Amino acid sequence: MKITKEEVLKVAHLARLTLSEAELDSMTSHLDTILSYVIKLDELDTTGVQPITHAFAEANAFREDRVSTSLARAEALANGPCHNEEAFVVPKII
Amino acid sequence: MNPYELTIAQATGQMAAGSLSSREWTQSCLERIEAIDDKIKAFLVVKPEQALLQADAADIIRARGDAEPLCGVPLSLKDLLCTKGTVTTCGSRMLENFIPPYDATVVEKLKEQGAVILGKVAMDEFAMGSSSENCAFRVPENPWKPGFVSGGSSGGSAASVAASECPASLGSDTGGSIRQPASLCGIVGMKPTYGLVSRYGLVAFASSLDQIGPLTRDVTDCALMMNAISGHDPKDSTSVNRQIPDFCTSLTKGLQGLRIGVPQEYFGEGLHPEVRAVVTRGIAVLREAGAAIIEVSLPRTDYCVAVYYLIATAEASSNLARYDGVSYGFRNLESQALMEMYKETRSQGFGAEVKRRILIGTYALSAGYYDAYYKKASQVRSLIVDDFQQAFDQCDVLISPVVPTPAWKIGEKADNPLAMYLSDVLTISANLAGIPAMSVPGGYSQQGLPIGIQLQGAHFREDLLFKVAYNLEQGLNLQPQWPGII
Repeated sequence: MKITKEEVLKVAHLARLTLSEAELDSMTSHLDTILSYVIKLDELDTTGVQPITHAFAEANAFREDRVSTSLARAEALANGPCHNEEAFVVPKII
Repeated sequence: MNPYELTIAQATGQMAAGSLSSREWTQSCLERIEAIDDKIKAFLVVKPEQALLQADAADIIRARGDAEPLCGVPLSLKDLLCTKGTVTTCGSRMLENFIPPYDATVVEKLKEQGAVILGKVAMDEFAMGSSSENCAFRVPENPWKPGFVSGGSSGGSAASVAASECPASLGSDTGGSIRQPASLCGIVGMKPTYGLVSRYGLVAFASSLDQIGPLTRDVTDCALMMNAISGHDPKDSTSVNRQIPDFCTSLTKGLQGLRIGVPQEYFGEGLHPEVRAVVTRGIAVLREAGAAIIEVSLPRTDYCVAVYYLIATAEASSNLARYDGVSYGFRNLESQALMEMYKETRSQGFGAEVKRRILIGTYALSAGYYDAYYKKASQVRSLIVDDFQQAFDQCDVLISPVVPTPAWKIGEKADNPLAMYLSDVLTISANLAGIPAMSVPGGYSQQGLPIGIQLQGAHFREDLLFKVAYNLEQGLNLQPQWPGII
């Protein structure tokens, strides 16, 4: 086994997901299959190979720090599942 | 011929000659959607009134003599492109009621050209899938054979074009999501070079791999669409600032002096004999057109699926962290505490495949596993880029299959994620390397299912892809060009 149920539960917490018993079983089995497959990368020697995050190097894109119009508050709040016309409202934090 | 059967080039020619209006064309597409979409299930939302208003506006612009190439052209959009005022679900319960306050840059560009937006089409949830079966709302079917998948994740785009509900659609391609459904539905699909088309307003899946591109009925229309959507956008920091050629100038006959590479690794075990036969015929057509055919090698091909399903899931786990139920999208309103609200919102809002990928990605990035999985994959990605650079030292364009098999039955691979992932084996390397690639109709299986041919080029050599694709299309001269069965 590449991954146990306990590890899947830990990862699920990090990803802010809850899993039912049935989901936990199938996810553990699927993740195990997939992780057992991707381990084939170990067949390749990558000593000294630079990891890349993009296919080709581009310079950083900077812009001038100028104030411009952004979404009006009402528009920004419009898709909020819970708001009080001024801010998004969430369950009590502390 | 009904207007809905026309390609963009044909219909805009008729509109320029005054024998067709955008209203007539748009009306014809809307009637076609009304008549057959219950079977095809491509559209999640159709906007008839808005489309006809846009068509009338386009007709006025054309009458003035100011028509841009896509003026009055009715299109569908994959439902992960933000459309101001029109719900954009990304195929997910999470965004079921999300109404974007702005248009994606590509949508803005289409509107500036005077294009008509017919509606939004189905897709795998968050573009994660190879069959569109992960769509939370409806599963599009292959217009060539009911009960078979249209491919994914841009399955609704491909089905809508193949069923002639519209002449073209915009999709997105993270690991083959434009080319694979185009191949399975017998149409043309292009994934442009990373950075050529702005991603602003595209709901993100894996940001270093995602690209928007067109699905069309022929190569000429694909070039017309690419002309309209390419170009630098200051709102996308990975958008490349360079001169965009007129891709239509590449559509000329003759391939003298061009070297076509055949990557041996793409013709290995698991390739369906009918797919192999179609690509072999395509190679012969290119040789007849004057191209030199040479064998090349992409030695790390066998590792691409593993690299992809670590990098794409890692990026997805990070991108999808934004769905927390706070500022937009679904929220579980019963939760009394913040952590519970996050977890219940995400667990109820996301489907199984999205959760699976978030879990893989989170695991690959987590402390203790990062070096073994994510870093290792990023190193092998570098080797894959080297493979392509060496191949393009020897040839100009690569020819290969797109998908190892024709379309399969809906449900056939639903319980086996790895089998589904492996169907992407021939398309994902183009995303890892950031190169342009396209699928061109190549022929049909004995069952009558379409089979595509893939062309891949060096960065920003879409012009060469169009030239080869055009010669392939002319040389193969496939009939019929879309299913007449519906």
